[in-house]
Amino acid sequence: MKIFGFLFQSSIGKKIMMSLTGLFLISFLLVHCGVNAMIFFNDGGEIFNEAAEFMGTNWLIRTIEVGLFVFLLIHIIQGLYLWNDNAKKRKEKYGKTAGNANSTWYSRSMGLLGTLLLLFLIIHLRHFWVISRFTDVVTGGEQTLYEMMKEVFAEPWVVAAYVLGCISLAYHLMHGFQSAFQSLGINHPLYTPLIQQIGNGFAIVVSVLFAAMPVAMHFNIVQ
Amino acid sequence: MEKGINVTLKVWRQKNETSAGSFETYKVQANPDMSFLEMFDVLNEQLITEGKDPVAFDHDCREGICGMCSMVINGRPHGPKGGITTCQLHMRSFKDGDIIVVEPFRANSFGVIKDLSVDRTAFDRIIAAGGFVSVNTGNAVDANNILIPKEIADKAFEAATCIGCGACVSACKNASAMLFVGAKVTQLALLPQGKAERQSRVVAMVNQMDAEGFGACTNTGACAAECPKEIPLSVIATMNREYLAAKLNGK
Ligand code: SF4
Ligand code: FES
Repeated sequence: MKIFGFLFQSSIGKKIMMSLTGLFLISFLLVHCGVNAMIFFNDGGEIFNEAAEFMGTNWLIRTIEVGLFVFLLIHIIQGLYLWNDNAKKRKEKYGKTAGNANSTWYSRSMGLLGTLLLLFLIIHLRHFWVISRFTDVVTGGEQTLYEMMKEVFAEPWVVAAYVLGCISLAYHLMHGFQSAFQSLGINHPLYTPLIQQIGNGFAIVVSVLFAAMPVAMHFNIVQ
Repeated sequence: MEKGINVTLKVWRQKNETSAGSFETYKVQANPDMSFLEMFDVLNEQLITEGKDPVAFDHDCREGICGMCSMVINGRPHGPKGGITTCQLHMRSFKDGDIIVVEPFRANSFGVIKDLSVDRTAFDRIIAAGGFVSVNTGNAVDANNILIPKEIADKAFEAATCIGCGACVSACKNASAMLFVGAKVTQLALLPQGKAERQSRVVAMVNQMDAEGFGACTNTGACAAECPKEIPLSVIATMNREYLAAKLNGK
């Protein structure tokens, strides 16, 4: 294990860790978004409920979920630590700054965007994960997961919070996706522009799809 | 002489490393063809005539190769133009009546010596930790004794153009030195002469960089955008790769 200590100790090791956990979270988003997008079949949530039951009961998915939480925690703790630590590297601040001349605002705001995402995540886990894991909602209790979503998203403030969460996600991913490759040392004139385009596309498509879910449910666009 | 332009300067004045600094306002009439440093010479002449303390600032070659000049001008290291140092910036880049804020390169690892002059010896210690190749003394070896493909030589040279000015650190929101260290690691990792110490070098240099208190890179790209020598962000990726390989190899 000693050989992997650098992943938590050195500056480059830490960013490699942020990158690896980030890429794992990206792959999770893809699956999560894909499954949830099944509500758009507009079949009263039939296919979606089936998929949710599979995800909730399959042992392999359940095992990966444990890993997901470990990676998520590492990403959050390491990220918050780095944010705080990096902020202390310049005690005397500039009198005049011109950050937009050399970088995008969201690349400089990953800590803030990540914190917004963390707040969103707490609300989100409370809404769905806790209930689907500790009640019988996905395995055919009184209320299906689909019906539960309908109920949660009837509340306007919840819809607003979710849309805000998705906006933070979009910007976090626009920087994070391509940044993960750079941290791993993958930078090549042929592939880097492609990675950046795929990253931006992924960020926008996933966030828009996610945001569309509470909106569509709130306004009864999906029945 | 062409008509001069009048500018208002807000200059950071600080007595020494431990005292607190503040901005002082000065008015200067400058010839548009003067370099930014020559404009500061005019200001200092003025201050000396008035019996005041001239502004301390670093400079040496005044032709963009030594990396000594170090000013953050209106929030940007080496001023508003890309790919040049402060000494290569001319007053024609400013307009009559402009207010120009001039500060030192700021980072905990770059202590202010006086006014705009900062201590960048942390860079020297990083280079001393590994930014060299070991060769036997004695007769100088023939040039081109070891053949290097042109493409590789060009890439190594591109990285070697870093002048160690520290603008990358000053532009980075994390005060990270990774563009500087990445440039040196990349240059030496590419060349056959640097291969022998390749893995131990990157670990030693990164350790020293961390020990000096520079921040961690978050890939904002501000460094490469402000670098007067246009060192690309890819040198940081190369360093990450070199470091990962060395670490996994138990270095
Ligand atoms: S990488 Fe560029 S900005 Fe940084 S020290 Fe070298 S020349 Fe200066
Ligand atoms: S004085 Fe040498 S680079 Fe500016």
